[in-house]
Amino acid sequence: MTQVSMTVNGKSVSGDVEGRTLLSSFLRDHLSLTGTHVGCDTAQCGACVVHVNGEAVKSCNMLALEADGADVGTIEGQANPDGSLNVIQQAFQDHHGLQCGFCTPGMVMSAAALLKENPRPTEAEIRKYLEGNLCRCTGYHNIVKAIMAASGQDAGKIAAE
Amino acid sequence: MYSFEFEKPSTIADAVAALGAEDAQALGGGQTLIPTLKQRLAAPSALISLSGIAEMKGVCVNDDGSVSVGGATTHATVASEAAGSYPALAALAGQIGDPAVRNRGTIGGSIANNDPAACYPAGVLGSGATIITNTREIAADDFFEGMFSTALDEGEIITSVRFPVPQAASYQKFLQPASRFALVGVYLARFADGVRVAVTGASEDGVFRWTEAEQALTKEFRPDALMDLRINPANMIGDLHGSKDYRAHLVGVMTKRAVQACV
Amino acid sequence: MPKDSGIGASSKRREDVRFLTGAGNYTDDINVHGQAYVHFLRSDIAHGRIKSIDTSAAETMPGVVKVFTGKDFEGVGGMPCGWEVTDKHGAPMQEPPHPILAQGKVRHVGDPIAAVVADSLEQARDAAEAIELDIEELPAVLDMKAAAQEGATLVHDDLKNNICYDWQLGEADDAKVNEVFANAAHVTTLDLVNNRLVANPMEPRVAVAEYNRGTEDYTLYTTSQNPHVIRLLMCAFVLGLPEHKVRVVAPDVGGGFGTKIFHYAEEAFCTFAAKACGRPVKWTASRSEAFMSDAQGRDHVSTIELALDADNNFIGLRTNTYANLGAYLSTFSSSVPTWLHGTLMAGNYKTPVIQVNVKAMFTNTVPVDAYRGAGRPEATFQLERVVDKAARELGVDPIALRRQNFITQFPYDTPVALTYDTGDYNGTMDKLEVAADLAGFAARRTESEAKGKLRGLGINCYIEACGIAPSNIVGMLGARAGLYDAATVRVNATGSISVMVGAHSHGQGHETAFPQVVADMIGIDESMVEIVHGDTSKIPFGMGTYGSRSLAVCGSAMVKATEKVIEKAKKIAAHLLEASEADIELKDGQFSVAGTDKSVAWGDVTLTAYVPHNYPLEVEPGLEETAFYDPANFTFPAGAYACEVEVDPETGQVTIEKFTAADDFGNIINPMIVDGQVHGGIGQGIGQALLENCAYDENGQLLSASFMDYAMPRADDVPFYEVDHSSQTPCTHNPLGVKGCGEAGAIGSPPAVVNAVLDALNSGGKSVDHIDMPVSPSRVWAAMNS
Repeated sequence: MTQVSMTVNGKSVSGDVEGRTLLSSFLRDHLSLTGTHVGCDTAQCGACVVHVNGEAVKSCNMLALEADGADVGTIEGQANPDGSLNVIQQAFQDHHGLQCGFCTPGMVMSAAALLKENPRPTEAEIRKYLEGNLCRCTGYHNIVKAIMAASGQDAGKIAAE
Repeated sequence: MYSFEFEKPSTIADAVAALGAEDAQALGGGQTLIPTLKQRLAAPSALISLSGIAEMKGVCVNDDGSVSVGGATTHATVASEAAGSYPALAALAGQIGDPAVRNRGTIGGSIANNDPAACYPAGVLGSGATIITNTREIAADDFFEGMFSTALDEGEIITSVRFPVPQAASYQKFLQPASRFALVGVYLARFADGVRVAVTGASEDGVFRWTEAEQALTKEFRPDALMDLRINPANMIGDLHGSKDYRAHLVGVMTKRAVQACV
Repeated sequence: MPKDSGIGASSKRREDVRFLTGAGNYTDDINVHGQAYVHFLRSDIAHGRIKSIDTSAAETMPGVVKVFTGKDFEGVGGMPCGWEVTDKHGAPMQEPPHPILAQGKVRHVGDPIAAVVADSLEQARDAAEAIELDIEELPAVLDMKAAAQEGATLVHDDLKNNICYDWQLGEADDAKVNEVFANAAHVTTLDLVNNRLVANPMEPRVAVAEYNRGTEDYTLYTTSQNPHVIRLLMCAFVLGLPEHKVRVVAPDVGGGFGTKIFHYAEEAFCTFAAKACGRPVKWTASRSEAFMSDAQGRDHVSTIELALDADNNFIGLRTNTYANLGAYLSTFSSSVPTWLHGTLMAGNYKTPVIQVNVKAMFTNTVPVDAYRGAGRPEATFQLERVVDKAARELGVDPIALRRQNFITQFPYDTPVALTYDTGDYNGTMDKLEVAADLAGFAARRTESEAKGKLRGLGINCYIEACGIAPSNIVGMLGARAGLYDAATVRVNATGSISVMVGAHSHGQGHETAFPQVVADMIGIDESMVEIVHGDTSKIPFGMGTYGSRSLAVCGSAMVKATEKVIEKAKKIAAHLLEASEADIELKDGQFSVAGTDKSVAWGDVTLTAYVPHNYPLEVEPGLEETAFYDPANFTFPAGAYACEVEVDPETGQVTIEKFTAADDFGNIINPMIVDGQVHGGIGQGIGQALLENCAYDENGQLLSASFMDYAMPRADDVPFYEVDHSSQTPCTHNPLGVKGCGEAGAIGSPPAVVNAVLDALNSGGKSVDHIDMPVSPSRVWAAMNS
């Protein structure tokens, strides 16, 4: 066991982990932050996407010890300080961008990373960026719409009902 | 995963020393290695992370105009930092995996693994790059030795890769629809003294140079120069996603498109 | 004007807040104090005889609690099949045992052989590697036609052959069918494959079971679409436990699509092992494990023949299908190629003579069962592909040919056992033609051609039968379960309402849509109504969510229970208002006396029900009602879809440029949710048509065993979809007039995509009759160059 310390959603945390402990396991099992989901074992589904030092990474494909000292953000830390949904979360609700909710944390975290580097992405840029996030429920229509809306674009006009 | 120790040295020397332990293995971004470990297909005694070695990170332009990429540089960094100095390579890096994978995966990890459908081997071989390790320099033509096999010795670390910058270059990738690796990927680089064409995804022997196309394009750099050339399907990969014949056909199409992108 | 609340309003989903903030409660998020972990040692070969299993070394490994093999389950029941199909000779289907852990033989890659329970999952995996197996490999039975031959290797040694049943529906007189075909002016024949799929809900299956030795109660948390069904099957048929001692909870479930309907061995194992080990036991499937243990979908090989007269009227239809059931009968597997498939072969057309033949086969592959649409996509694909081919052969417009043969009079008795209550297929097609701007297609094709691309338009019509029922009929057809549903409406003293429903929500938005109905009926705010689901200890009973049944069946039970509540509340209101019950009207949450200004609020009446001081003597205190609802018939959603594709002639790459769906779902409670259901269905249908392929090699090894080789549709594989739900013929036999919308997209889209690709290729001068799904670039290129 080795001690690992990091900042998660602005809070300092630490714990004893094995070399093989994944960041996703550390978040879920040690910190009980179960909003980060694990949907595959080949780094494809993206349900486990979190931010490490501001960048989107697949937490089930990164060792917890690799995140020692890092600033980690998870879905649990995304809402506004008053607890209300942030702009992206609100857009997902407004545009029905989720159904079963399992892929949703990863989608929201990826969307946040996208909008940070590209504040007004086109439909094509959004679809391309979501290459690493699988959703089986929505057919992606309303996810793309929600992200456009979150970036201040008129999603209704672009995606005719 | 089997149990293993984890170390994260901050210098190349410390990493080399740590890799001296029996069954120790280097960890780049882990984007292929970790899934492999989850399947228990490998059992290293220790993983030596290269992500803490500052001198192995980043993209720089050398005095001779060549571009060097540190072995532990992520695909995302190459995609952004090489965009000015070597745009075709940056474009290739921007097509690997997905954004989250690109934030972790590294060039050293990718070429050391030499997956037959990975993008970087095509870029490295197509550019005629030089692989620099802690002990020596290896020309790309000598580095890739077939599927998942390279000239690297046990414990040898790719510290950087030096790319000569061609006059024009293009990477054309046709996606395998599930993994989004290359079903066929062609990297074409046009230098003053000739054209290099490297193909990934297609061959059972891993990345290879399509020398007939290189000769034809060196003579005459236009799409039609490829018209009568055919790749022999016999050595192509045939699987669920595409037959041998189809892959052989795609090599031609992707090469043609690479030429079109360069003219 | 769209409504802003109640029936017909696009109310935002209340469940979203917890999902968007990481506060959902999925089964893998549940950890029980002291839990151990199970790892299943699964077969890595498709077919073999177990000669010995030596667990002695494994048992002594660190952390190991107990090692189980098939021997530990010899006195225990196997996994049951919920539908007995009778074959065309009157014999019951062959029904082999399906043990929890393999006994005697392994029959597919992934068949569980042993289970190790240990303190940690990695310890369980370590110990599983120490189990010594001696298994004699046998030839794998894979090709269905070969498996049906006499002398073929048997998947189950005790059966007479590999044919589960040889079933027929429709015209039984072969001579009559032959005569129709002999007299036809034109016959179109097509051989096709409906590709095997993996449902792949994003949440892999999980089971956590605990046993309380003090009370002798079991609790099973599981990723299920129907916790009551799991409890019934597991208690009555597998473990022999009293139902009242078993609680099954399906908390937030991350998608189902059919594959979480079934009762799985892992659920029964964890429940059994929790007692045997004296510790809670948890199992979480990895995605790789899901690929070889979740029931898979589709996998039909068919020949379909359509007979037309000289005026292009459909006069006869005959299909012969081999349906792959895999190695064992999964819970509802036997019903899928039969009553959920053969009955749909009339489609939207008045074809007078139809004969459907289905041979269901055992093979050394993962069991196959219902996947979104379940039988109906297979029927629609056959029918709509052959209709499209007929149009091309005859040189007639594919829409005109369909319209000419549409059923226009309702109710309509099909030759394949169904009675369609209502529909307007021409009206729905009219909507499609406008929504898809079919008039503009020619110009779009010209634009594509200018870019060097081939453009094609594919049309598809579908009919589906949802809310499968009534119970007495399905019982006659072999169902071993009733197909009603139940709801309890519990009104609290202060007027808020908890509705306990048997349907389970795992993405469908019941927590939002169901309250819209109850709130609308009473005239109160939706936020006063909450749905409780997914826990057998809280809900009277329920058959769960599948087959697009939730609102049509469970919603009807909820309406009936709400009506009972209102009826009783009116009695109380009448007493309070000193008026006759017959004069009491309920509107906007106020009970009033007709023709007067006297009224009493909902909350006053509910409070009176629980504080019955001033109260009618003949009425019981309290306000809670339960209703069970058994539908009189299926519901019949129908629709018309249009897909436009571009094909890159150099690579065979197909891109979906435009996709339009016009559906008739009858009345709609929440349009936003209905649109979302259709989007998701279309996404999966496009996946089946272009990308997804669950393939085995000649030894029965799964080739597409992870997302590295099983191509899931991604955001950039699909376009924005146009959906139009303005064609509405309400269901005639349920109180809401609703039909169900969950599967439509997955049923209606694959033929539209394939028809579009073929239209593109043929427009480019190629003569291509058919390409099997997935229509991959490699296959398109091969078809263009053959």
